[in-house]
Amino acid sequence: MSAEAATGAGREPAIRVQGMEKSYKELHVLKGVDLEVARGSIFALLGSNGAGKTTMVRILSTLLRPDAGTATVNGFDVTADAQRVRESISLTGQFAAVDEVLTGRENLILVAKLRHLKDPGTVADDLLARFDLVDAGPRKAGTYSGGMRRRLDIAMSLIGNPPIIFLDEPTTGLDPEARIEVWQVVAELAKQGTTVLLTTQYLDEAEQLADRIAILHQGRIIVNGTLAELKALLPPAKVEYVEKQPSLEDIFLTLVGTNGKGGKDTNDGSGKSSPVTTESSKEQS
Amino acid sequence: MSKHFFGDTAVLTGRSLSHILRSPDTIITTAVTPIALMLMFVYVLGGAINTGTGSYVNYLLPGILLITIASGIAYTAYRLFLDMQGGIFERFQSMPIARSAVLWGHVLTSLVANLVSVTLVVLVALLMGFRSGAGVLAWLAVAGILTMFTLALTWLAVIAGLSAKTVDGASAFSYPLIFLPFVSSAFVPTETMPGPVRWFAENQPVTPIVDAIRSLLAQQPVGTDIWIALAWCIGILALAYGFAMATYRRKIS
Repeated sequence: MSAEAATGAGREPAIRVQGMEKSYKELHVLKGVDLEVARGSIFALLGSNGAGKTTMVRILSTLLRPDAGTATVNGFDVTADAQRVRESISLTGQFAAVDEVLTGRENLILVAKLRHLKDPGTVADDLLARFDLVDAGPRKAGTYSGGMRRRLDIAMSLIGNPPIIFLDEPTTGLDPEARIEVWQVVAELAKQGTTVLLTTQYLDEAEQLADRIAILHQGRIIVNGTLAELKALLPPAKVEYVEKQPSLEDIFLTLVGTNGKGGKDTNDGSGKSSPVTTESSKEQS
Repeated sequence: MSKHFFGDTAVLTGRSLSHILRSPDTIITTAVTPIALMLMFVYVLGGAINTGTGSYVNYLLPGILLITIASGIAYTAYRLFLDMQGGIFERFQSMPIARSAVLWGHVLTSLVANLVSVTLVVLVALLMGFRSGAGVLAWLAVAGILTMFTLALTWLAVIAGLSAKTVDGASAFSYPLIFLPFVSSAFVPTETMPGPVRWFAENQPVTPIVDAIRSLLAQQPVGTDIWIALAWCIGILALAYGFAMATYRRKIS
């Protein structure tokens, strides 16, 4: 049934939002948002606190009804066809949604059962291995570190292979190492064809991960494009030579030895050491 | 009703039952206060209370059981509130599951937990000299009334859990429920009370429920008490269920 639904909706973008509005009493949070997310892409919704990112995600994941406008996810309308939308998505909310009393493995089994999968135990074991949680599997999730909890949280969201995943500020409150771990997971997901819509307030996160970036500001999308398109909106980059001081993050990551993790680290390094634009040089002085 | 309602409810009931198994102190705490009350009333105050019947522990037990349930259901509100505070509630709501299964999981867990607490209290009462010659049918009738009472109060607890703003608020609603048996026929015959108090005691739900259970255990005719008791339970249950579902729908849409 769901396979048929997926092909029927195949030509549609994964997510299409038109004229969406939402208010909480007096507070007009979304004032007419339009956006489209292509299948298999990573789309970052960038905005400061209170810009309406979470409201968007809550509407798209059927937790909230929009006041006006339409939204389809995987070709299904979020209000009229909420159950079909829920079959197509997975939500990883702002606060890790794990059951702290259950063990990591039990958390995964719980979700596998609620997704009505055949062999919940095997599903759980596979994900524990994939997310480097095998040793932690039999421990209560309440004892996990922030990063482990987030990994478990995302692992729970992958159960049943939903074609579209929402990540609401997936790295807020994580230490730099855990953040990089989450980035790796997200990149991995997109490689397998999952559509990812993530919200973030970190510019570098959007830069690292996203195929397209939209900036949500005061309830409207003010910019929407690829990173290159967004950069083109700024005055052309001037080449300046600025002595590059290691950031505290670089120092931290070197000291705790994350550079042992191979390819990832060189990526980060090259991103940082490229000629800096006037804006980022301002940041460093 | 979703095709997965029963399966999803079973899975979610299993989840919250394992919460209880991992912190059995919630069941112990639920049973300790009524047991302490029972000890105090039987061994301290009981000598001075004339109920016109033989054993005071026999007289007292039905009311104590209702107090046990009234304090036990506070944990349902508490657990539901914690689910909503954490992200797990939203995770469930964004999944393709039967939506009311989330509530039913907590309600069935409440039923099991209260059954265990009530059994503990009855065991202690037996040690204190409680005796009943009631047959299987009478015990089943008692179990039935207590089950209806638990369900009715649990759905009240669901309303409290869904609409509470703080953890304290989630469980505070149960205090009046725990207090209600004191102004009923649970501890002393209502004939000893002054006019208005007596009127209240005789017309509130606890008195017919207590009287029906007491008569069943004492092998005496239950008269109309049992029907009034059931009417109260079913009435509260229907109202509480309706309000809880309406609150839930407001919460999730």
